[in-house]
Amino acid sequence: MVTIFGVPVQALLGQLLVGLINGSFYAMLSLGLAIIFGMLRIINFSHGALYMLGAFVGYLMLAHLGIGYWLALILSPLAVGLFGVIVERVALSRLYGVDPLYGLLFTFGLALVIEGGFRYYFGVSGHPYPTPKALAGGMNLGFMFLPVYRGWVVVASIVVCAATWFLIERTKLGAYLRAATENPTLVQAFGVNVPMLLTFTYGLGCALAALAGIMAAPVYQVSPLMGSNIIIVVFAVVVVGGMGSILGAIVTGYALGLIEGLTKVFYPEASNIVIFIVMAIVLLVRPAGLFGRDA
Amino acid sequence: MRGSEKALVALGVAALVAAPFVFYPVFVMSMLCFALFACAFNLLLGYTGLLSFGHAAFFGGAAYFTAHAVKEWGLPPELGLVVGMLGAALLGLVMGVLAIRRQGIYFAMVTLALSQMFFFFCLQAPFTHGEDGIQGVPRGHFLGIVDLYQPLNMYYFVLGVFLVGVFAIWRIVHSPFGMILRSIRENEPRAISLGYGVGRYKLAAFVMSAALAGLAGGLKSLVFQFATLTDVAWQMSGEVILMTLLGGIGTMVGPIVGAGLVIALQNSLATSQFPVTVVTGAIFMICVLVFRRGIVGEAIALARRRRKDR
Amino acid sequence: MPETLLEVRGLNAWYGESHVLHGVDMDVRPGETVTLLGRNGVGKTTTLRAIMGIVRKRTGTLRFDGQDLMRLPLHRTAHAGLGFVPEERGIFSTLDVMENLMLPPVVAPGGMSVEEIFTLFPNLKERRSSPGTKLSGGEQQMLAIARMLRTGVRMLLLDEPTEGLAPVIIDRIGDALLSLRERGMTILLVEQNFRFASRIADRFYVMEHGAITTGFPVGELEARMPELQELLGV
Repeated sequence: MVTIFGVPVQALLGQLLVGLINGSFYAMLSLGLAIIFGMLRIINFSHGALYMLGAFVGYLMLAHLGIGYWLALILSPLAVGLFGVIVERVALSRLYGVDPLYGLLFTFGLALVIEGGFRYYFGVSGHPYPTPKALAGGMNLGFMFLPVYRGWVVVASIVVCAATWFLIERTKLGAYLRAATENPTLVQAFGVNVPMLLTFTYGLGCALAALAGIMAAPVYQVSPLMGSNIIIVVFAVVVVGGMGSILGAIVTGYALGLIEGLTKVFYPEASNIVIFIVMAIVLLVRPAGLFGRDA
Repeated sequence: MRGSEKALVALGVAALVAAPFVFYPVFVMSMLCFALFACAFNLLLGYTGLLSFGHAAFFGGAAYFTAHAVKEWGLPPELGLVVGMLGAALLGLVMGVLAIRRQGIYFAMVTLALSQMFFFFCLQAPFTHGEDGIQGVPRGHFLGIVDLYQPLNMYYFVLGVFLVGVFAIWRIVHSPFGMILRSIRENEPRAISLGYGVGRYKLAAFVMSAALAGLAGGLKSLVFQFATLTDVAWQMSGEVILMTLLGGIGTMVGPIVGAGLVIALQNSLATSQFPVTVVTGAIFMICVLVFRRGIVGEAIALARRRRKDR
Repeated sequence: MPETLLEVRGLNAWYGESHVLHGVDMDVRPGETVTLLGRNGVGKTTTLRAIMGIVRKRTGTLRFDGQDLMRLPLHRTAHAGLGFVPEERGIFSTLDVMENLMLPPVVAPGGMSVEEIFTLFPNLKERRSSPGTKLSGGEQQMLAIARMLRTGVRMLLLDEPTEGLAPVIIDRIGDALLSLRERGMTILLVEQNFRFASRIADRFYVMEHGAITTGFPVGELEARMPELQELLGV
């Protein structure tokens, strides 16, 4: 049996895979947070609850409507994105002029309502969500055994992150978004409907969270608590990465997931706080975050 | 104006003195602990302009420290509270040094993440007994003579500590130091340009706020005689923000009113099936949208408008 | 086509509680270049911003090409045919020159093509991949004007285009604006630089304390110089 630092290779790679998967979700979620923050200057505390909502919508669609994973992959983000659009139109848009702390508090309240409501109806235990048949089973790669669905999660998340990056950095719409982040009044004076852009951005962020949720469902089970467990870790990820950068959020998400996985192998007691330790170090050395632009 | 304010304060204190004869003492003591917690939190938010999303670490941490001190070390309650306060202050110093490096919204997120780290520490540390928490915390004898197991004695002890704590906050707010804090809240760049070491003032305020929140937490562990993970969870941080927001950020009395209301609300909902967090969340959203000044804030604004019209 | 392209009657505007414009009356005819003169702080920039709709607290009449501007939300004003070049230029740092140039959407036919714009501003063509803010002040000003030209707007509102620029650059901007005039662009200009303004303007308005006090054609500028210099403290 091959070992590295006294740990069997199989175990090491297995944990790295787990870390990479966690990192995939961290990346997708911090990407959504970074986009929402960049445009709306609001920290979306309800991001975790929306992730949970995405998973639950998928679960409910399967349980009550017989709608499977592949359709849920599209419908769930659409539904949650629409919900986000409504929230933005009705409430968030009224908070743009005031202290950004209020945006944080509002979305915090929203998170409480969503999670409290789901906890009330569904209890706290997890509901299993079946792996889609096309992605079931595993592949023997020689040095390790790779469950197909896990591999799918990593690949799909990279595609989603890359596509979002492309949207923001390389398309006309993305140019409008980036310009509106800098000077929304001038962009409006050019004839661009910035209020609608803001609504779209929030909806997009929510949809990304929901997509992460539905992708997570077969991995972690669907539970009303899944959002609050992950949101604070994602906050630490964005503090480390820096809020200004899309690429930073993505890279940091994967990196911290891997670090968490590695810690689990060599020093398991610290695995659930290692990300916060990294955050503390980054704060001491580079307060703006690794890729941050504003301090 | 000061005359009528003084009268109201006197009335309030008198009401609190009479309260245990009208309401369940434990209920009112619980309100007093959280009211002190909220006032301590408001020192940071309302007067310095810093939103901490991690104050549960100080409140719950001190609850653990005090509980441990009186139970395992056999300290009398007043020293137990001191231990709790010192522990919270130290924790506040460490967290503050890291958090102050960021501004505004980032500051809030850092405090949240750091307090979550402390939560995980409490989950695993042996002295906290993890999910069980520290049970059977003895109340002991205040100054060696007053038996705090007697409900009325305990009540007046709690009331005394509460009044001392609130008075301390009042003195801080109305001191030159407090003025500087407020100037930082109003216009930080201006304060910097005037030559104030803004970072140090913020850190000082943070540590003071943490220590006083710790006083409240230690007190709570004596009242209920246990300390658990609930006290250090981020939901607790959210609760104190709600109490302050609902009551009125930046007012002295607001957090007290807010704490009273939230505790009363939680109590009344405890028996029903209705999920408390949904109500809490809804109140948060409504307050932020249409009621940002909070109850006391709105009342003060109304009184000012009345005075202008006369 | 109406006699007057832009009609401003009794325009009052506020920044918060501050009442800045006290009944501005102004006309701009199609194809004209009109310059607004005045001391610092009298409300010239506010006038442009109120016409554009950036300043929302306003009363009075604002008609452009027959349309009532008062009713339009900010993001519809450009579609009415108005383009705005702010004093700060507003070049986006997160976009390169080309993206900055292509950013404002085309709101009407008749705008210039990118090649035509590059003919007018050849140095922008050279720098088209640079990040927006790496340009010099003069280049940024040219970019700020250039990007409006693609959009097909009929009238440009320019706020102190020559401020802080070297004489050589100022001349080039003047040439560009004259070219635009030849193509039928209507221009409302806020300027402190008389020489520059006299090169391109047809008419002048003088503003004091948030209202127009005089108006005169460019022919009278020479004669009025002494009184203007005193009025404007130049």
